Amino acid sequence: MSVKTLKIDGEMVTGRAGETLFNVAWDAGISLPRLCHVGGLSDVGACRLCVVEVEGQSKLAAACVTPVEEGMVVHTNTERLREHRRLLIELLFAEGNHVCSVCVSNGHCELQDLAVQLGVDHVRLRYQHPKRGVDATHARFGLDHNRCIFCTRCVRVCDEVEGAHTLDVSGRGASLKIICDLGEPWGQSETCTSCGKCVQVCPTGALYLDGASVGEMEKNRRFLQYIVTAREKREWIRKG
Amino acid sequence: MTPSTDSGSRKAAPASPKSKAIRDNREKMLERSMSRHAYAGNALIEVLHTAQELFGFLSPALLRRVASKLHLPPSRVLAVATFYNFFSLKPKGEHTAVVCLGTACYVGGAVDLVQKLEHRCAKVGATSPDGKVTVQVARCIGSCGLAPAVILDGQILPRVTPDQLDAVIDRILASPEAAPADSASQ
Repeated sequence: MSVKTLKIDGEMVTGRAGETLFNVAWDAGISLPRLCHVGGLSDVGACRLCVVEVEGQSKLAAACVTPVEEGMVVHTNTERLREHRRLLIELLFAEGNHVCSVCVSNGHCELQDLAVQLGVDHVRLRYQHPKRGVDATHARFGLDHNRCIFCTRCVRVCDEVEGAHTLDVSGRGASLKIICDLGEPWGQSETCTSCGKCVQVCPTGALYLDGASVGEMEKNRRFLQYIVTAREKREWIRKG
Repeated sequence: MTPSTDSGSRKAAPASPKSKAIRDNREKMLERSMSRHAYAGNALIEVLHTAQELFGFLSPALLRRVASKLHLPPSRVLAVATFYNFFSLKPKGEHTAVVCLGTACYVGGAVDLVQKLEHRCAKVGATSPDGKVTVQVARCIGSCGLAPAVILDGQILPRVTPDQLDAVIDRILASPEAAPADSASQ
């Protein structure tokens, strides 16, 4: 297996051929902002928050879907990138209906945390206030479309880890929507196994456990690494 | 349109859906299309194309059948069917008018054409109450040299003015159509 040597933020690092910039940076102790990447699931480059500058390329590259190359010189935290990321967060806020004060995930939300971390103190764009609705038909879980940012983590975990592929994304552009089966209410889905993995990987309060009140929905996705290593390596690793 | 659906539509050509017998035939033709692709999941778009051409629109039952035959999750099938402009989940009228809203057509006055159609026929995405005309919009049909363009029943009308469109609508509404669009029976 060939090894690639590159420079990330001035540090010399190495990665295996085919490894993504995101993972190599992660191993080097650099954690890039992200909303769609989750360790253990495939990468889709949906949120674009992990964009980095690669010297010699005018376009920004999404680190989670960019393989490492020999001699790359990568910058992960320039002012240009910070501005891009702030704008991306603002776009997400303007596009949906994100009202932290009444959200189950207030205080435990990856979108909220990133906004704080990136210093998004106001939104320069016009709010779209889309009419999206809530699916509360499932006995144990809820799906509030208003809080969805279309990271597709739930779709991927349902397909790749649980294997049911109950969830998918319908439409395009402003009419995107997370769907169950043929658009049925979640509670009537024939394929859903009610495993709840989608709830745990959701970065916002779009998916939540039924009965959770404001700020009560804390996600826990340690199960992912446990299952994925068990499946790939036949090793059942638990900490503590 | 993709070439490999042509073989399907060539066989479909004599089927002006009028009698029960021919309606049964459409099911068979859909089945044949799927078997030609060995029921492979990656033939989904092809199969939906054929289904759309045979039945005029994709009903939930039709989508469910395609999903189960191709061994695909239903949500995936609906996701694909809703992604492409070509597929329709609702029955269409006898005629379909698609107004291109790509940049060139937009600048060329496509909005006036949409308004004309909405005024005379139906809102975008809907069918006129008499079932004659379905109005749709598309983002760039790739014929920017013909802007503003309208696709009427698969035929492109180049450089349309609202007045010309008026005349076309008059012609459509006046002509009693031979083959009424059959709302598929599932």
